[in-house]
Amino acid sequence: MSITITERAAQHVSNFIAKRGKGIGLRLGVRTTGCSGMAYKLEFADAEQAGDLSFESHGVRVFVDPKSLPYLDGTELDFVREGLNEGFKFNNPNVKNTCGCGESFGV
Amino acid sequence: MALLQISEPGMSTAPHQHRLAVGIDLGTTNSLVASVQSGLARVLDDERGRALLPSVVRYLADGGVSVGYEAQARQSEDPQNTIVSVKRFMGRGLKDLDKSSIPYRLLDEPGMVKLKTVQGVKSPVEVSAEILRLLRGRAEHALGGELVGAVITVPAYFDDAQRQATKDAARLAGLNVLRLLNEPTAAAIAYGLDHGVEGIYAVYDLGGGTFDISILRLSKGVFEVLATNGDSALGGDDFDQRVFCWVLEEAKLPPLNPRDTRLLLSKAREAKEYLTDHPEAHITAVLSSGDIVDLRLGLDDFNRLTQGLLNKTLAPTRKALRDAGLEAEEVQGVVMVGGATRMPCIRHAVAEFFGQTPLTNLDPDKVVALGAAMQADVLAGNKQTGDDWLLLDVIPLSLGLEVMGGLTEKIVPRNSTIPVARAQEFTTFKDGQTAMGFHVVQGERELVADCRSLARFELRGIPPMVAGAARIRVTFQVDADGLLSVSAREQASGVEAAVAVKPSYGLSDAEIANMLSDAHAHATDDLKARALNEQRVEAQSLLAALQAALALDGEQLLAAEERGAIETGMEALRRLSEGSDHLAIRAQVEALNRLTTPFAQRRMDRNVRRALAGQKVDSLGI
Repeated sequence: MSITITERAAQHVSNFIAKRGKGIGLRLGVRTTGCSGMAYKLEFADAEQAGDLSFESHGVRVFVDPKSLPYLDGTELDFVREGLNEGFKFNNPNVKNTCGCGESFGV
Repeated sequence: MALLQISEPGMSTAPHQHRLAVGIDLGTTNSLVASVQSGLARVLDDERGRALLPSVVRYLADGGVSVGYEAQARQSEDPQNTIVSVKRFMGRGLKDLDKSSIPYRLLDEPGMVKLKTVQGVKSPVEVSAEILRLLRGRAEHALGGELVGAVITVPAYFDDAQRQATKDAARLAGLNVLRLLNEPTAAAIAYGLDHGVEGIYAVYDLGGGTFDISILRLSKGVFEVLATNGDSALGGDDFDQRVFCWVLEEAKLPPLNPRDTRLLLSKAREAKEYLTDHPEAHITAVLSSGDIVDLRLGLDDFNRLTQGLLNKTLAPTRKALRDAGLEAEEVQGVVMVGGATRMPCIRHAVAEFFGQTPLTNLDPDKVVALGAAMQADVLAGNKQTGDDWLLLDVIPLSLGLEVMGGLTEKIVPRNSTIPVARAQEFTTFKDGQTAMGFHVVQGERELVADCRSLARFELRGIPPMVAGAARIRVTFQVDADGLLSVSAREQASGVEAAVAVKPSYGLSDAEIANMLSDAHAHATDDLKARALNEQRVEAQSLLAALQAALALDGEQLLAAEERGAIETGMEALRRLSEGSDHLAIRAQVEALNRLTTPFAQRRMDRNVRRALAGQKVDSLGI
């Protein structure tokens, strides 16, 4: 069971947290919503919660609640630039179908 | 595929429900758009990585419109269809402008000035909308979705007409305006000064062509503009001009053709920018005449050349502090805005003036847009409630109504936090009056003539009553953008009239900035003028009532000599009202009141007798 972050994504996360002035890492999760059934959650983490699993790559701690983990196992979080737009992208091997928007997926 | 941004804990949005909001600095020379992503405000660049968009719009003969660098490049070859600095025209009438330096074909029409272009007549609102539309497109492209809204910044001294015009431009560009925000307030927000508890801050804004100084007070999360001042014809360009003149002198050049002038001006600018981090700059150029310019400009020379310009910014700064009733030492922080504040000489002078190092760690070109983006992020609902800032703006000038005698009745005082609603009751002046005119004014002075006229409207259908019996409730409402609507309602009949303020245009920047200090300077004059006008109204009201009473009952109830005395007294009052001695008018009003008391009593007795005549006592319900 693991979740990783690319070095580029980790740099951006560290930078964002530094500018934000607080936070112990990143919280990843999934919610059952959206057009294909599931949606990612990507938030700053201010505290570890009971039952959280945590991973660390390139100096960034990632927290995942146990219910979300099966859907995210093996995921790599990347930071990419597409034209003018830049942001985070989940490379998730569990995904069977995604909706066109990429924000919602099915497993 | 949409890319994700990091949200605050618990604030993840559902898919397709992004609350994308931007802040836009709609500048005279350049405009920018910024947004908060993953909790960090950043300016959105164009495809070529440029943050600034020159505020230049060119209308092409084929129906196309070009905005930004491309339009700027064609400025000299197509000056009449290439509109620069359109912000100066926003909400302005033709008579407000100095026509001599404007290359455009302006239309002589009432209301806001209009420009004749190859694509027909364009208003400044439409031109600004082109700039906003481009920024909106850039933002939607960069953020990957539709915007829920934008916060647009305006100078603190912008009046209602200019604010309304800015809002109209945004709507025309398809932007939902979350709020108009004062530029100095935005700059203070960008530095996080709103997280402080209390304090006085100065915002020193030296742009390409304008200089503004604002003194802000922060209390309980509210930024209040205490004073603004500035110079609408002083900016970084003037520093280039000084260097340019120095080059002409040093190289002993004859008058130049336009191409060489432009060349040397851009060399001058480069030298100025180079001197920001270096002790000296070389200016080399080959002119079309074959002459070669090769000069060395030291930082000391540059400082000496521009000392006068520097002082021109300090005088308004001193004045703004004086208007705010503050000393330089009371200022807790100084925010630097505008590209020209990169010059070390400016930073030194400001540091020395305020006795502290100014805040310069944010890019001075971007700081206003960044602050606007942070405010937009809050207004769009992307912050946790606990994190919510209470950020309010205040109205810069009092809003009021004209009352009898050309006096101003202030309804919403200056510095009220917005949004705000205030109501006050008024009454009729004459018997049987069925209509009432309302004149909405803005300003601090006691006399309407010294204030700024915003709108006029009428309330009709008031039931006829004796003077003073009607109750008319007038409500002033100022929304979160500082825009005003006024309504009047007669309480008994419910008749109503309202005006969404269609501001009349007619005030220059300098005048607006001067209005506040004027109000202080003329306080005693105003007080006297007010007293005089009040007494005049009193006198007129008494004369009108007496006239009516004499016509009705003078014959019956007064002896000839009594009537003669009253008429002499009235004549004296009429004469005094034309003079300017308010004490004399008051004395005569009192004298006339005493003189006519018996007459009033007789009328009263007679009326009572008349009313009671032929009635049974029990039918009176006593």
